[in-house]
Amino acid sequence: MKLDSKIPEGPLAEKWTKHKFNLKLVNPANKRKYEVIVVGTGLAGASAAASLAELGYNVKAFCYQDSPRRAHSIAAQGGINAAKNYRNDGDSVFRLFYDTIKGGDYRAREANVHRLAEVSVDIIDQCVAQGVPFAREYGGLLDNRSFGGAQVSRTFYARGQTGQQLLLGAYSALNRQISNGKVKLYTRTEMLDVVVTDGKARGIITRDMVTGKIESHSAHAVLICTGGYSNVFFLSTSAKGCNVTAAWRAHKKGALFGNPCFTQIHPTCIPVSGDHQSKLTLMSESLRNDGRVWVPKTARPGLKAKDAMNIPEAERDYFLERKYPSFGNLVPRDVASRNAKQACDEGRGVGATGLAVFLDFTDAIKRDGRKTIEAKYGNLFDMYQQITGDNPYEAPMMIFPAVHYTMGGLWVDYNLMTNVPGLYALGEANFSDHGANRLGASALMQGLADGYFVIPYTLGDYLANIGWSDKVGTDHPAFKEALEGVSNRINKLLSIKGKKTVDQFHRELGLTMWEYCGMSRSEEGLKKAKKKIQELRAEFWSNVNVLGSNNELNQELEKAGRVADFLELGELMVDDALNRSESCGGHFREESQTPEGEALRQDDKFAYVAAWEYQGDNQPEVLHKEELVFENVKLTQRSYK
Amino acid sequence: MKVTLKVWRQKDAKTKGAFATYPLDHVSTDMSFLEMLDVLNSSLIQKGEDPIHFDHDCREGICGMCSLYINGRPHGPLQTTVCQLHMRTFHDGETITIEPWRAKAFPVIKDLVVDRSAFDRIQQSGGYVSVNTGGVPDANAIPIPKKIADEAFDAATCIGCGACVAACKNASAMLFVSAKVSQFALLPQGKPERKERVEKMVAQMDAEGFGSCTNTKACEAECPKGISVTNIARMNREYFAASLSSYEVPLKGSGD
Ligand SMILES: Cc1cc2nc3c(=O)[nH]c(=O)nc-3n(C[C@H](O)[C@H](O)[C@H](O)COP(=O)(O)OP(=O)(O)OC[C@H]3O[C@@H](n4cnc5c(N)ncnc54)[C@H](O)[C@@H]3O)c2cc1C
Ligand code: FES
Repeated sequence: MKLDSKIPEGPLAEKWTKHKFNLKLVNPANKRKYEVIVVGTGLAGASAAASLAELGYNVKAFCYQDSPRRAHSIAAQGGINAAKNYRNDGDSVFRLFYDTIKGGDYRAREANVHRLAEVSVDIIDQCVAQGVPFAREYGGLLDNRSFGGAQVSRTFYARGQTGQQLLLGAYSALNRQISNGKVKLYTRTEMLDVVVTDGKARGIITRDMVTGKIESHSAHAVLICTGGYSNVFFLSTSAKGCNVTAAWRAHKKGALFGNPCFTQIHPTCIPVSGDHQSKLTLMSESLRNDGRVWVPKTARPGLKAKDAMNIPEAERDYFLERKYPSFGNLVPRDVASRNAKQACDEGRGVGATGLAVFLDFTDAIKRDGRKTIEAKYGNLFDMYQQITGDNPYEAPMMIFPAVHYTMGGLWVDYNLMTNVPGLYALGEANFSDHGANRLGASALMQGLADGYFVIPYTLGDYLANIGWSDKVGTDHPAFKEALEGVSNRINKLLSIKGKKTVDQFHRELGLTMWEYCGMSRSEEGLKKAKKKIQELRAEFWSNVNVLGSNNELNQELEKAGRVADFLELGELMVDDALNRSESCGGHFREESQTPEGEALRQDDKFAYVAAWEYQGDNQPEVLHKEELVFENVKLTQRSYK
Repeated sequence: MKVTLKVWRQKDAKTKGAFATYPLDHVSTDMSFLEMLDVLNSSLIQKGEDPIHFDHDCREGICGMCSLYINGRPHGPLQTTVCQLHMRTFHDGETITIEPWRAKAFPVIKDLVVDRSAFDRIQQSGGYVSVNTGGVPDANAIPIPKKIADEAFDAATCIGCGACVAACKNASAMLFVSAKVSQFALLPQGKPERKERVEKMVAQMDAEGFGSCTNTKACEAECPKGISVTNIARMNREYFAASLSSYEVPLKGSGD
């Protein structure tokens, strides 16, 4: 198989404009003859569904929650980047492009990232026109902040609820099209398979989560906008329902999976409090602007936050300030996370579990006064206190890294189409723009760029080329076969009646992934993980206990289907991590480090996208490489010393 | 700690429900309320009993999916979402009663899960600004005074959980609807359609069978996001102003 990224010819800054002109258009009168399925109604899905319906296509949109407004995009706090240069501080499309490519550790396509930076400015205009209440200054114009170590202030925000406001904007645009009859919405409906005939995506199989009804839907194109797969780690900052199922089903139907091992670990999450823990809560990384990260110089097991104040300065190790004097506590996410883990691995972690480091505001409160700190971080401090019961004004916070985003996903070309014609992937579900590490405030940008400003153009080209008569009905044998496959799998899950709950399997998988395929990896560990996952998967299919029936709301059954897919994805992530024996982005490969113990990227060997092809159950997948060509940036090793 | 849970169990929309009692031991005060239910559920599954179904997703207090009525209050004793409620709020030996939202417009689907699609239909009836993708003015073309933007934001923070309806003895949805109406009535972008918007949304709210507002302010007191009843006053003004120059508004299919 040859991977064609379809990157347009010509100078970087002109590619998208030229490409748009070269794309075929669908005659306005014919648009209503086309049907498009959009799976997922987060930022990517809702914006795509609304924009395509506005153009005149008939859209069916699906989500597993009871309303599109609850997609996990709602939880994004910090903000969204755009190269508006409203601050006059030297920002530009090229600078945003450059920062994003560099931030991704040179593992993303130049052309995609440049397009992202170009359309970023339109996103902000669009959202404001929809009535999204971004933060403003006294003069009435939009406010910006600098985010995640960026040298310019290009992040637009809506207090700590940017994702919520952007999603509600996209949701309102979607609602308008539902009311116009151009979008038909299916809530509490889960996609369980893609249907492919003659090499083209023709539709999907879904399960109504209330009645259990399994249904076929056919269309001219299918858009997978189902978010990321952080939940393969069980504990992550994702919502409980986030899953890889839709993307994984597409993968098993032939779509390649790109860079599965690229995940992002966020340094400032609230640590685990016990075995009952069901998810992790992120606190904005803006906290690191004023908080100082430290652990005791020598191990003090079980050290509580309230006793931290008794530890004299001389016995504290402000390890980020010590190791990275010029960036200090503001080193990028991956560096901060890795060093926190290292301190804990050395036994110097604090709190009941020893899996935490302090984030201390004592000096900031002394310097600026409690009022100032309260104004900046009041809501975060309150949230922290609500969850942990500790008061961060009086004793340091405890933080620990957690899985927060997945850069990997379905492989797509420049048009956001997977290698299966008619099958597209948007938002976090695709692998496209973040390389090996995502900068803060760039996922919201990508989701909305894909949905509002890319897919309306690129999908039209595909539809115009195939023509409206090129569609298969749900009576086609391929639909029947897929539907039967889905039913059989559900029946199988219900019939095992074993001894372990779905959550038990999920937790075990998560621990293995975190231990061996998290921030720091080694060949030996990964091989161990591979074996463990295979064993766990085999045990799952013989010993899981899923009660109830298919014909009712059955949350255990839903979970079981998702965990079954995570158990397959986990192994592919490990394979991908094994193959990529360089340190890159958020991932430290123990065998690939500099003499000082910093991450060593290997551009001569690994400047490619790893795209994996499914070969059948329990068969090793085949690796395809898309070489990355850099013509506009010089590859440099990151240094934060 | 130890607690006794009295939980509403209902097989499906058609079957009558009843309370079931579950004693639970070894509850950690650090657990969230939903994690406590997770623990109970896993023990139920081990015993071969159907786990308790409840809605939840983000577990961060922002998606609005969780919706439990605890000891007679939506989301329990604190003004927060139930996913952000922790067991340290309860005392050892306490009996905790858990019910679904109770409202005609929110029928029970199973156990503690209710159907809140009425909220979506209200938003679909007019909760938007009619702009297409592309061709909009520059974001800074229309300055908006910070005070107005902040007020619009306060209204926009509604998470659509339905606690306001559950808290109200009339099961009124006025707080929810007025929050959206307010957001758009305040912002210049929402002004062109403000008259039709309030009329359509109120009409849909009535069609869904929500009760009327008798100003008890229970909604504001229980709203996890602290949405203010001043929004209801604003919506009443908007509605009155619109009705002074009223014309027939069709309910559906006129999104443009
Ligand atoms: C806590 C948190 C904070 C964040 N903060 C920021 C930030 O400040 N800035 C930033 O840029 N990014 C941030 N991110 C990342 C960003 O929010 C996400 O990457 C982005 O919102 C993903 O959008 P999406 O539309 O791709 O997916 P989602 O919003 O996750 O939507 C997925 C959709 O797919 C549906 N779905 C999933 N599976 C199925 C299925 N099998 N069948 C049917 N439907 C399905 C869901 O119902 C949902 O509608 C944050 C992420 C988290 C977790
Ligand atoms: S689960 Fe999302 S608000 Fe409670």
